[in-house]
Amino acid sequence: MLILGIETATPQVGCALGAHEGVLASFHAAKGRRHAEVLTPAIEFICRQARVTLDDVGAVAADVGPGLFTGLRVGVVTAKALAMALRVPVVGVSSLDLLAFPVRWTHRRIVSVVDARRGEVFYGFYRQVPGGVQRVSEHRVASPEELCSEILASGDDCLAVGDGALRYADRLAELIQVEVAEAGLAYPSAGSLVQLAHARAVREDFVNSWELAPVYLRKADAEINWHDRIRVRPGGDPAS
Amino acid sequence: MTEGTSTAVLAIETSCDETAAAVVVDGTDVRSSVVSSQVDLHARFGGVVPEIASRAHVELLPPVVAEALVESGLDGGDVDAVAATVGPGLVGSLLVGVAAAKALALVWGVPFVGVNHMEAHLYAAFLEEPTLEPPLVALLVSGGHTMLVAMEDHGVYRLLGSTIDDAAGEAFDKVARFLGLGYPGGPAIDREAAAGDPHAIDFPRALVDHGFDFSFSGLKTAVVNYVRRHPDVPTADVCASFQEAVVDVLVTKARRAAASTGARNLCLGGGVAANSLLRSRFVDACEQDGLHPFVPSRSMCTDNAAMVGAAGWWRLRSDGPTSLDAGADPNLRLA
Ligand SMILES: [Zn+2]
Repeated sequence: MLILGIETATPQVGCALGAHEGVLASFHAAKGRRHAEVLTPAIEFICRQARVTLDDVGAVAADVGPGLFTGLRVGVVTAKALAMALRVPVVGVSSLDLLAFPVRWTHRRIVSVVDARRGEVFYGFYRQVPGGVQRVSEHRVASPEELCSEILASGDDCLAVGDGALRYADRLAELIQVEVAEAGLAYPSAGSLVQLAHARAVREDFVNSWELAPVYLRKADAEINWHDRIRVRPGGDPAS
Repeated sequence: MTEGTSTAVLAIETSCDETAAAVVVDGTDVRSSVVSSQVDLHARFGGVVPEIASRAHVELLPPVVAEALVESGLDGGDVDAVAATVGPGLVGSLLVGVAAAKALALVWGVPFVGVNHMEAHLYAAFLEEPTLEPPLVALLVSGGHTMLVAMEDHGVYRLLGSTIDDAAGEAFDKVARFLGLGYPGGPAIDREAAAGDPHAIDFPRALVDHGFDFSFSGLKTAVVNYVRRHPDVPTADVCASFQEAVVDVLVTKARRAAASTGARNLCLGGGVAANSLLRSRFVDACEQDGLHPFVPSRSMCTDNAAMVGAAGWWRLRSDGPTSLDAGADPNLRLA
């Protein structure tokens, strides 16, 4: 089955085509944060290079986050629209799962850390299992300090991977049992996405396009403290 | 393709807090128009919350598009172009519609067309009045914009004037909130005003005697000050007098714009064009001045995708497809 993967949960935008033989084509651009501008032409490009058409796609996979909200929405709504028009199912994969997947050969505990901005990180713990990784904790959003105390409390040796791990590398490095993975692994890979999604798609572990939704892990600001933030139509917004 | 040489446009609108999709054939024939309002999600915040609007669009847009297609009787393969609002508006909300529209255009192998939201409001008049032709003057009034535009031909605009502070719709929302009438403010004030005396209070008409620019923030302040000084004033009288002042300024300037450009057609558009008093005054003024008034139905004045489908059809004819690497522009200008 041909899988089209869409990855937009971080400053990087990526897409890939994969099948049972692995990744057939992929594209990544990490500079500029222009997810909406880049994504559709990039999908067109990888299809052309892999000599397939969208009609050959059997399922659409998307990184559903956690991550940067605007990019995430562009990727998820693109996946939903493509799947709807192609009449194929979708597979949603977590950004944290995607970060852990390429470092699955380590014997240490893996902690995937995505920069959540505003002094916080999204993170989750993983361990190696045959053929991949397994989540061993809930995905959370918290301060880097809270992440550090959680690692300390576990007493495990950890490999920290992701742009959040790099951003707070100094703080993580204060813990003797933590190593931070290199910058080349800092963003989720669209290649990993189609590999993971293909395995799930062959088990028919997918959902209908309308069920795909971003994982925000954080409420909208207004809901966090809405009585302090009542504003009438911010300037420049055409209300109707 | 639909029958013969006609062009079916699937249009998407997500610039603010309405999630909308429509199928429009040849710029005038509305086959379907679906609008899912998020007003309930935002009401408790007293205004549109951008992050909540963006989240809701992701959830609502695909089923809204599917419903518009089903209601139109067309299949995805029958669509000849996909149009979406690319600005102005809330950037996060716009991006949801733009991304979905480009994805659909890619699958169906048809052109994508980016549409200016204010141009779409103007085309609501064309949608319902096939006889309408430029040159004309349009008064476009919404929650984010208030402008007078001379349309010399399709796609050729000259901005005559716009607001230097608050938009008219913004003034309605702020006054309604101050008076405790809830959100959205336009319909609330319209309702209250029906029982009030429009001449009870003489609120200021800023800039009424000169030029084509508008200013409504002083009026909002005047309402606040008046009510604080006269706490017993009937709310209905405040609403009626406030509405009277807004409509007076809007209509006076629209007439002056028509006279100065020599246009015989005067169009109204935008969410505030759903206001009862503005609609009737606008038509009366045109009658007195011997102009043809074009006032879209209320459902075409508030945000919808049919107007985007109409504007998109004209844009496709004049400029061809928009590149798939286009994004959204929250501050996109009409002229
Ligand atoms: Zn509008």
